[in-house]
Parts: sequence; structure tokens; C-alpha cells
Amino acid sequence: MKNQQIKVLLVVAALAAIAIIVPNTNSYVILLVTRALAFSILVMSLDILLGFTGLPSLGQAAYLGVGAYMTAILATKYQFGLGFDFWLVVVFGILIGAALAAIFGLFAIRATGVYFLMITLALGQCVWGLAYRWNSLTGGDNGINLPVRPKFGIDLSQDVTFFYLVFGFFSVSLLLMYILVRSPFGRSLVGIRERELRMQILGYNTWLHKYIAFIIAGGFGGLAGVLWAHTAGIVSPENVVLTTSVDALLMAVLGGAGTLVGGAIGAFIVIALREYLSTLVPWWQYVLGGVYVLTILYLPSGLMGIPERIRQRRTLSSKPVDPKKLASVPS
Amino acid sequence: MDIRFWLIQTFNGISYGALLFLVGSGLSLIFGVMRIVNLAHGSYFLLGGYVALTVIWTTGSWVLAIPVAALAIAVVGLLMERVFLRPLGFDPLRQVLLTVGFAFLFQQAALDIWTGNNFDINPPDALTQSVVIGGLYFPLYRVFMIGMALSIGVILWLVMEKTRMGAAVRATVDDAQMARGVGIDTSRISMFIFALGAFLAALGGVIGGAFLGIYPGLDFEILPLAFAVVIIGGMGSLTGAAVGALAVGLADNFGKALLPEISYFTLYAPMVLILAVKPTGLFGRE
Repeated sequence: MKNQQIKVLLVVAALAAIAIIVPNTNSYVILLVTRALAFSILVMSLDILLGFTGLPSLGQAAYLGVGAYMTAILATKYQFGLGFDFWLVVVFGILIGAALAAIFGLFAIRATGVYFLMITLALGQCVWGLAYRWNSLTGGDNGINLPVRPKFGIDLSQDVTFFYLVFGFFSVSLLLMYILVRSPFGRSLVGIRERELRMQILGYNTWLHKYIAFIIAGGFGGLAGVLWAHTAGIVSPENVVLTTSVDALLMAVLGGAGTLVGGAIGAFIVIALREYLSTLVPWWQYVLGGVYVLTILYLPSGLMGIPERIRQRRTLSSKPVDPKKLASVPS
Repeated sequence: MDIRFWLIQTFNGISYGALLFLVGSGLSLIFGVMRIVNLAHGSYFLLGGYVALTVIWTTGSWVLAIPVAALAIAVVGLLMERVFLRPLGFDPLRQVLLTVGFAFLFQQAALDIWTGNNFDINPPDALTQSVVIGGLYFPLYRVFMIGMALSIGVILWLVMEKTRMGAAVRATVDDAQMARGVGIDTSRISMFIFALGAFLAALGGVIGGAFLGIYPGLDFEILPLAFAVVIIGGMGSLTGAAVGALAVGLADNFGKALLPEISYFTLYAPMVLILAVKPTGLFGRE
């Protein structure tokens, strides 16, 4: 238990450091961090599915997409959400993400393993197809440019103010998701991940558990979409394309699935590599691809798993090897 | 919208389906034998087109470009399977992510070697003409595509149904553990199938490059379509891949012509329904 408290303290300290240091850096860094924070919410929502429920979704960008497109369409067509009604848009964004997940979940939840990957891929492609082709609503390939950011007492077009807003949403999302995964509901999700059949025999309605987790993740995805739309200032099919979903998945695994914070770390690293490194060297994508391949080959538990591995190695080397223990380790 | 419209659109749909069959049949076999969702499959398609371009630029021979490109990419696929995928063991998520990592690496490599420009693969003049039947123009190249897919399909079918090797592959698709039990070297089957899949995808890239063009980003455009073929037809089934390719080719063409605003939706929504009702696809076996 004490170990857990230290971890929480570390995260809080890291958050405080971000809130203090970032606004004092240059505008480029502020923008980068804001992007990473907004995207992190999506990655953490995916981690609820991937890391805690054992559902690797290949279509998570769809929820970011509906949230972002809704924000952009309301803002450009109806001038809605640019004042105090921004908070309504946030609520709508969460609801539309959750609603989409509620529909998609009906199709996807029954599938397992590779089939779940495939069906979420197909569902994500449905959303992408509409975004790409439904010109009159989505602007097709060009996407939608958003007007100015909302203004209500505070002016969000100031990058620092906007950073604080996204930072606030990120922290609250992290807290809520942390409470969720530590709750009895979250514990039973982990049970389903580990062995679904046993949970069924114990009397849990595993389908309903997974379905609810799916909807919650969709809601957070929608929230990420609202923030992303105002962060980037443009919403386009790029946001819902297959590679965006794959990105989210890779970020979660790179940081460490089943840790929530790991997803945020993964998002920071990848976005920093992509946005910053690409301005320095032309071959940045080798680094990104290399990081992915090496992570999957040598760090299956992600960056957050490193301390654990070091500890294991230490105990292994300090104690004489127990042959019985070795035999029980699955190869 | 008269009969000519329907005839031309059907013909275009079938010829596009022929191209999709080349990409989809390999992906389907890989999935059937190894249960791997190979997200680098679109990259094989694109790289096949690029290698063919290089061969054409250096030797000027389009006929030579087809086998060279397909074989070169088959070697790439074989190495990927042996060196990286095989040691990974069975874990769908890690396998998927590994193939994506490679897709990104291939993307960058293609950018470095062949720049980001759009290229066209120009087939010999003999294939660029059209045949006129009843006042309708049918581009000869599309006829060639259909012929190519048909012959590849027949060869694959013969190998799968009539040879010992094919029987071993089918056994592995049905139940890899039992296949190993009766002495089939499933590891070698996997290697062979993965290389074959890459070969077919690259072949598709060379042939499709003439009318799709070869450009960065094509890899992730063709990939979801290939998956649609696999899912609709059923994983690991050749007949399924053929039917799926035809269905996707026709749906894509008519969708774009009749319902342009929701054309991709009309393609992927049936895919979702089929997956939800029968996850193994129309022709897949449990």
C-alpha cells in the first residue's frame, strides 16, 4: 500500500512540475505539451480497455473524431461553443463519444482476441469513411478550420490560458480514471482481463462490464476530441484515420499498458519525437519506428515496467536460482 | 443511368476486385495460417510498386519488373517473419504493433529512396489500348488485370487443393496444433505463407501502380480495403478472398458512383455486420 502512495505522490509531483515549468518556456513547447495532454486523455481512455479490460481497440480515434467534428461543426455552422456554452460543448462531446461507443459496443464487445482488433478497425473505418466523404457536413479531405478559441471571462486564445484549461481536464480525467480502475468495478475488469470464464462462473455479467468500460472509454475519447479540436484549430480525416488509432495503441504500450500514466508518458514521447525531431532531422521516422519495434521486442510491459524488471533482475542475481521457480515460468 | 453505365461500372468494379484479390488473398492466407493481423501488408503493396519502378528505370523492361519486384518483397516478408515475428510467439497485440512499427520504417525508407513524388508505372503500349465491344470502350489493361488475377487464383487453388504442400497449409489453417501433432512443420508453412503473401501483395502493387499511381500514403489506403476483402470473404479461405474481392471492388465502384457522400461507409458497415454475426467471415471455418 505504501508503495502505491509513493507512486501517487510521484505523479502529483510530476503534474505540479508540468504546471509550473511549462508556462515559463517558449510558446512552441507550450503548444506541444498542450497537444500531448489532450491526446493523452484519448490514450488513457484506450488504456482502460487495453490495459485493464484486455480489449485492444484498433478504432479509438473514432471517439476523438466525433468529439472533434462535433465541436468544429457547432462552432462554424452555429457559432455555438465559443463563449460560456463551451462547457455545454464539453458535455455534449463526452455524451456523443459515449453514445457512439454504446452503438459500436453492441457489435464489438462479443468479439475476442484478433476478431476484436478487426471489428474495431472496421468500425473506425466507418467513421473515417463518413468524415472523408461526407463533404457537406465534414468538409471532406480539407476538414474544418475552427474560428477563434472560446472566450468567457478568460480568453482561451492565449496559449498559456488554454494550456491550463487542457491541463485541468487532463488532471481531472486522470483522477477519475484512477478512481475507476481502483473501484470494485475496475477490479472486476482486471478479473475479466485475466480470466473471463472464471469471472462468468463467479456470476459476473462480463459482457455488461466490458460494455460499460467501452462506453466510459468512448466518453473520455469524446472529451479528448473537443480539446483536440481547439488545440489543433483544424479537424480533418487525419484525426480519424487508422494510423491515429494505431498511434494511440502504440503510445499506450510504449508507456506501459494498465498503468494509465504510462499512456500519457507514451503520448508525450511520441508527440515530442514526431513534432520536434521532425524539425531537426529528416529521418525522424526511423527513430519512431525503431522505438516501437524495440519496445515490443524487448519491453513488452512498456517504460513503466522498467523499474519492475530491474528489481526482478536484482533479486534474481542476489538469490541463488530456485529451479522449481524457473520451471513454473511459462516460456 | 442506362445499361451502359451499369456495364462499365460493373466492369470497373470487377477489375478493381481483381487487384484487391491479389492483395487480399495473401493477407487472408497469412491470417488463416498464423492468426496475425499484418498491418505491414499495405507496405508490401507500395514497396512492390517502388521496386518495379526502379527496375523499369534501370532496364526499361516492364515484364521483368513484375517478377523482380514480387520476389524482392517476398524476401523482405520472409526475413520479417523469420527474424522478428516468429520469436515473438503468439500474442495478437504485440504482433500487430510490431507490423505497424515495420510499416512506419518501410514508409520512411520509401521516402528516402524514392522521394515523396507521385509516380506512374507505364505498362507496354500494347496494354494501353482499349477494345470496343458494342460501342463500349474497355481498357485492355483492366482486362489484363482480370486475367492476371484469374490465373493467379487458379494456380493458388491448384496448389492448395491438389498438392501435398497445399494440404499441409489447409491443415494448419484448420488446427495448427493438430497439424503439428501429425508431423507437419507448421513453422516452415508459416514462413512459406508469409513470403507468398508478401509476393502477392507486391505483385498487386506493380499491377495496380499503373492506374492507382505509386505515392506515399498508398500503403495505408489499400490496407483497410485488403482487410475488408479478408473479413467479408473469411480468413484463410481462397474462395472467400475471391468473393470478398469482387464484393469490395463492386461496392467501392458503385458506392462512389451512386452514393458519393457515404461511399466508404457503405463499404465498411457491411464488414462490421459480417464480423458481428459471423466473425470468421462468409467462407471461413470455425
